[in-house]
Amino acid sequence: MLGYFDPATDAGTPPVESTEQVRLTIDGQSVTVPEGTSVMRAAALAGISIPKLCATESLEAFGSCRLCLVAIEGKRGTPAACTTPVAEGMTVRTDTERVQRLRRQVMELYMSDHPPEYLSRSDRSDCELQDRVAQVGLETVRYGFEGRNHLDAEVDDSNPYFQFDPAKCIVCSRCVRACDEVQGTFALTIQGRGFDSTVAASQDDDFIDSECVSCGACVQACPTDALLEKSIIEEGLPDHSVRTTCAYCGVGCSFKAEMKGERLIRMVPDQDGHANHGHSCVKGRFAFGYATHPDRLTTPMIRNHIDEPWREVGWEEAIDFAARRLKAIQAEHGRESIGGITSSRCTNEETYLVQKLVRAGFGNNNTDTCARVCHSPTGYGLKMTLGESAGTQTFDSVMHSDVILVIGANPTDAHPVFASQVRRRLRQGATLIVADPRAIDLLHTPHADPGLHLPLKPGTNVALINAMAHVVVTEGLEDQAFIDQRCDPDAFQRWRRFISEERHSPEATESETGVPADRLREAARLFGTAGNASIYYGLGVSEHSQGSTMVMGIANLAMATGNIGREGVGVNPLRGQNNVQGSCDMGSFPHELPGYQHVGLEDVRHSFELDWGVTIDDEAGLRIPNMLDAAIDGDFRGLYVQGEDIAQSDPNTQHVEAALRSLDCLIVQDLFLNETAKFAHVLLPGSSFLEKDGTFTNAERRINRVRQAMTPLAGKADWEITQDLSNALGYPMHYSHPSEIMDEIARLTPTFRGVSFEKIDRLGSIQWPCNDEHPEGTPIMHETDFPIGLGRFAVTEYVPTTERSNSRYPLLLTTGRILSQYNVGAQTRRTRNDTWHAEDVLDLHPQDAEDRGIRDGDWVGITSRTGSTVLHAVVSERMPPGVVYTTFHHPVSGANVITTDNSDWATNCPEYKVTAVQVEKVHQPSRWQQRHEADDRQQRAFLTGSLAVPEDE
Amino acid sequence: MTTVYVPRDTTALALEADAVAERLQTGAAHRGQPVDLVRNGSRGLFWLEPLVEVDTPDGRMAYGPVTPDDVPGLLDAGMLGGQPDHPLCQGLTESIPYLRDQQRLTFARTGVIDPVSLEDYRASGGWQGLEAALAMAPEAIVDAVTESGLRGRGGAAFPAGTKWRTVLEADPERPGSHWSGQKFIACNADEGDAGTFADRMLMEGDPYCLIEGMVIAGLAVGATRGFIYLRSEYPNAAGILNEALQRAESAGYLGESVCGSGRAFHLSVRLGAGAYICGEETSMLDSLEGKRGMVRVKPPLPAHRGLFGQPTVINNVLTLASVPFILREGARSYADYGMGRSRGTQPFQLAGNIARGGLVELAFGVTLRTLLEDFGGGTASGARMRAVQVGGPLGSYLPESHWDEPMDYEGFSEVGGMIGHGGIVVFDESVDMAAQARFAMHFCEDESCGKCTPCRIGAVRGVEVIDRIIANQERDTNLTLLDDLCETMEQGSLCAMGGMTPNPVRSALQHFPEDFQRPAPTAHAGGG
Repeated sequence: MLGYFDPATDAGTPPVESTEQVRLTIDGQSVTVPEGTSVMRAAALAGISIPKLCATESLEAFGSCRLCLVAIEGKRGTPAACTTPVAEGMTVRTDTERVQRLRRQVMELYMSDHPPEYLSRSDRSDCELQDRVAQVGLETVRYGFEGRNHLDAEVDDSNPYFQFDPAKCIVCSRCVRACDEVQGTFALTIQGRGFDSTVAASQDDDFIDSECVSCGACVQACPTDALLEKSIIEEGLPDHSVRTTCAYCGVGCSFKAEMKGERLIRMVPDQDGHANHGHSCVKGRFAFGYATHPDRLTTPMIRNHIDEPWREVGWEEAIDFAARRLKAIQAEHGRESIGGITSSRCTNEETYLVQKLVRAGFGNNNTDTCARVCHSPTGYGLKMTLGESAGTQTFDSVMHSDVILVIGANPTDAHPVFASQVRRRLRQGATLIVADPRAIDLLHTPHADPGLHLPLKPGTNVALINAMAHVVVTEGLEDQAFIDQRCDPDAFQRWRRFISEERHSPEATESETGVPADRLREAARLFGTAGNASIYYGLGVSEHSQGSTMVMGIANLAMATGNIGREGVGVNPLRGQNNVQGSCDMGSFPHELPGYQHVGLEDVRHSFELDWGVTIDDEAGLRIPNMLDAAIDGDFRGLYVQGEDIAQSDPNTQHVEAALRSLDCLIVQDLFLNETAKFAHVLLPGSSFLEKDGTFTNAERRINRVRQAMTPLAGKADWEITQDLSNALGYPMHYSHPSEIMDEIARLTPTFRGVSFEKIDRLGSIQWPCNDEHPEGTPIMHETDFPIGLGRFAVTEYVPTTERSNSRYPLLLTTGRILSQYNVGAQTRRTRNDTWHAEDVLDLHPQDAEDRGIRDGDWVGITSRTGSTVLHAVVSERMPPGVVYTTFHHPVSGANVITTDNSDWATNCPEYKVTAVQVEKVHQPSRWQQRHEADDRQQRAFLTGSLAVPEDE
Repeated sequence: MTTVYVPRDTTALALEADAVAERLQTGAAHRGQPVDLVRNGSRGLFWLEPLVEVDTPDGRMAYGPVTPDDVPGLLDAGMLGGQPDHPLCQGLTESIPYLRDQQRLTFARTGVIDPVSLEDYRASGGWQGLEAALAMAPEAIVDAVTESGLRGRGGAAFPAGTKWRTVLEADPERPGSHWSGQKFIACNADEGDAGTFADRMLMEGDPYCLIEGMVIAGLAVGATRGFIYLRSEYPNAAGILNEALQRAESAGYLGESVCGSGRAFHLSVRLGAGAYICGEETSMLDSLEGKRGMVRVKPPLPAHRGLFGQPTVINNVLTLASVPFILREGARSYADYGMGRSRGTQPFQLAGNIARGGLVELAFGVTLRTLLEDFGGGTASGARMRAVQVGGPLGSYLPESHWDEPMDYEGFSEVGGMIGHGGIVVFDESVDMAAQARFAMHFCEDESCGKCTPCRIGAVRGVEVIDRIIANQERDTNLTLLDDLCETMEQGSLCAMGGMTPNPVRSALQHFPEDFQRPAPTAHAGGG
């Protein structure tokens, strides 16, 4: 039996923190618990299981099922254990004849309105109700089953992943409360009253048409079969489970992958997960179908030329083919002519291995990763100011924040589980400030005060953050004690003089940012006087020509107000991908070895050289954009890409495609024939997160275990493939398990020195740095000092982007993510999440639409200086005038056909978030889209070995 | 000019009081005897409504029940001169035994004054309790209420002083909450029990009394905001209350500085949406917050975490309306009335099959028989009185053998009775007590909020089981089952709705078993 079916593990009500301990007696047993604990929880902690249905420890006590009645000496009647707090000296009996009779009689009432077969225990379901029937000893229902009932109620199976069967609902409200308390969407309610009470979604809509975001919290909370995964109905109950970590966003939720043999039946969020505490979103919870999608590549393939069909070959032949080509290129064009790209979706161990292959096997530093196009400015900016390239907090820290500033991030869509936690804090009364061109959903948090929205123009982040700091400094809101004690005085004085200049005032920057000066002052004052103020930011910060400057500006603001180094504060990049933090940590960048150790430092190189037995190039290698430019120039000719789709995700698609076309050898290791693979010569089938062991590191530096739940579809985990390629190239690798790779990482990386699989398994997870000083990891960073000693304020001059709107391109395009889809969509498009987002669309303000005669649903052409594409229009009040918005989940949308070559001055992170465009009504897809479609058909045909281009798929 | 009183109370209005007033005014004018017409509240002598009173040097002369068509005849008979020669003349109002024999403390003004007249209110001792309270420390006000022995008149009879003290001592700081620091006074005016009308009568007849009581409560516990949660079925009361609130605020009795004291009290009316359960105090809080009214678990007590999570005094209309007297006349004066631990007076409400329905305010300790016979005058039908339900639809049915118990909270509960809100509904011998028992379950089925299982499902099964008993199906088994069900509802329900529904069922079974042994009725006739 699976662990979570065991009711004994659920103490019924949430834990309570209190300095006071209370001692009581339950069934003759003495129990000591914190004051405020429920009798039910106290009993559970003493190993006494009181029957319950409406209570679960993830939700506040509700007291509706009346199954947990107990007898308390000196108290009248039979109070409910879940809602009765303990008291000193209390004497509780949970098993008197009377309470047993009452429980049986309550259960008899339940069962009088339930399918009769549930009276006897069956293995067909994981229905908690059946367990309780057995526990209270109910055998017959004297009321019979002929009375008023709900047995004929209609099943709602509108959601692709779960169904609601009111006939099996006991109206315990666990689903409603989970939606309220855990998810914070408030989509569910109880409709009608008395016996007519039923669970309803929104205004009695079908689930799919309601506000439900399919996070699964209700399904998880349901103690019966009323809310049930369709996979359970279709495939039956799982027989074992494997604890692992979600492979979607940077929240890094812990899950139990519930298996039936080799088949994944469902993903259940782990109550013990340190990042998610049992919560999930529609992606992690349900969108795992891609892992076994028929599109999965399962056989290695090679071809001589990209206009040829693929040839299926064995692993050995494929690896040998790849190695020979790479060696030949290096022989002809030199050591620097090849490189590798690591994946932010693969494990730390796999990423480490790819950069090691590049550095030790290829003999150069031409390694880079997709963080280049997302959070590279975070790495740079935080390292320069705070001394470490990572967020400072735990997610849980937000529960101590008084003011939460969200900049350029949309957590409810991109980091939903963390967004739920933020919303919980907002409902408790914290204040929200959002700096974003769009009015993101977090601003519409039910049962919380409306946040303060700073709707800035895309590209003016630095002006905004400077103005906030200006207010802090000129209005005396600085935390002088913190600055004096923790920060470099010269750098601070320099910065202070700079930021105090009038040109940074909200009034002076208003015309640039578009944010009213008084509103900005209000925000700065809120932030500066909050007590605990925290900053959470996303790619709306980093993906700009001044991305790094903005990151430093954020760090400046946090330091100036003393909001670093304790719970409730901090600077927190919300990482987009499951392991983007890890891929950066693991030395993916061309200038840094694992642990952000610069290749230019001799002692650093030396330690790696000793361990690896090679000489390491002391010069930084090529970044992705440099590789692409060099490819077009003919200097760069071979590339090994593990788990990244640069042809779709990197800017200026036509430029990327041209570069990829010019390569002599492109090796793509991926789950699918992605856009990049269409230009490849070697296809190495990758393995999904379910098929291997390893670790992911989430946005809070938390190293979580990934555990193998099924055999790799193509026979090899990704790390094994890299190892094979390395061996074929002549650099020997002989790991027998990823834990050995982690041992090597720990050996060579000071911040990982104390990390091992054994320790992660024991502790559940570890937040680096983990070393002798912090043997169990570091939840909050910079508590007493910075890795660079004193914090360094950086002068953050605002330099407007060259990408500005003009009469020809009067609108600014910005991009983002939607809840149901993930990044380039390779995974989510191959799940039923397409139900919600079958295509990317262009959001624009009604005024901009009207000016152009555009109506909802029209085809619109979007043209930039770089290229053009066509999408359907959605007219939306959420957009400010002058700004248009799209997502980039579908290759055919060609969002990056129009993005420009502009990039961050420090890190080359592309300026995805600002593209000047014109939008007009059109009647057909763009030329690029038409060509893309033809190419796509052609390349798919090549997969099946055919030269012909079928008319239709 | 002669002053004539025609009530504007709902009961009188339902009996065409407006038309009576209009006919009176025009008729009098026509006769060249224009009158000063005052629209007062009701005296609570409902069988005489509309009860028209005329000011005379000897006092107010009563005429009733007056229909519009009676008006010309009354005028002809010299009503405006207080002439007694008319069949409808009841003599001097104060001498009508029904009224004369009461002990009206809370209802002293109701029916006497113009309900929205500040002058009338002040002239009859109004605001003196508030003035006294303004000169007292909060603790002293709470002490006075405690000392008076006043207990909650909504039904639970919880000592008001204890509740006030809890709120006075409660910490309202809730860091981060929009309402942090705030305490509230919430008046429960969701008078939903069938056969009760005292709250309405007071709000329509003497609204300032309630307002004054609430302001005093606010001063006592440190609350600066109050709400009157009024059932939407009382539109007339809403109109009068709102007019009174507006006038009180203009006159400085409400607002930022009560009577210039610098202490604030803001008060407003909120209308319910027709759910009986919202008379339950925690459901009422949900409803006040704009939510669906659902019972909350206790603890936390509303006194600690009530409206919007803040410390809240929740009292019934009658409880709060008793407070001005206590502050004005002193706690002892109030405590001098009553018996045992039940101090002061209780406004009983006579309804159902009774000759003289109405409001009877008397000190605790009176017997049912006195109320039913001396005041009520027996059944309206003239048939033998058989059963009396006291304390609303969740109260027990009492047979004649229990009509001689003195009514105080403790003593009365010993015979299975419950004073509750003081409603008394009378049935004559034609009543089918099995149908009444069934009705009790059916009422619970209709009105259950649906939160807890014993009430939500139990009430439905209760109806079904009683139907089977009535139909003689497996009688003994079903009687046992009904007994078990009643136990489950009593012991297992979250609030009094489910917990007390067995009272009428069990008492009907206990005292009138013969009604459950009839052959099955042809249809499921609802009772009540």
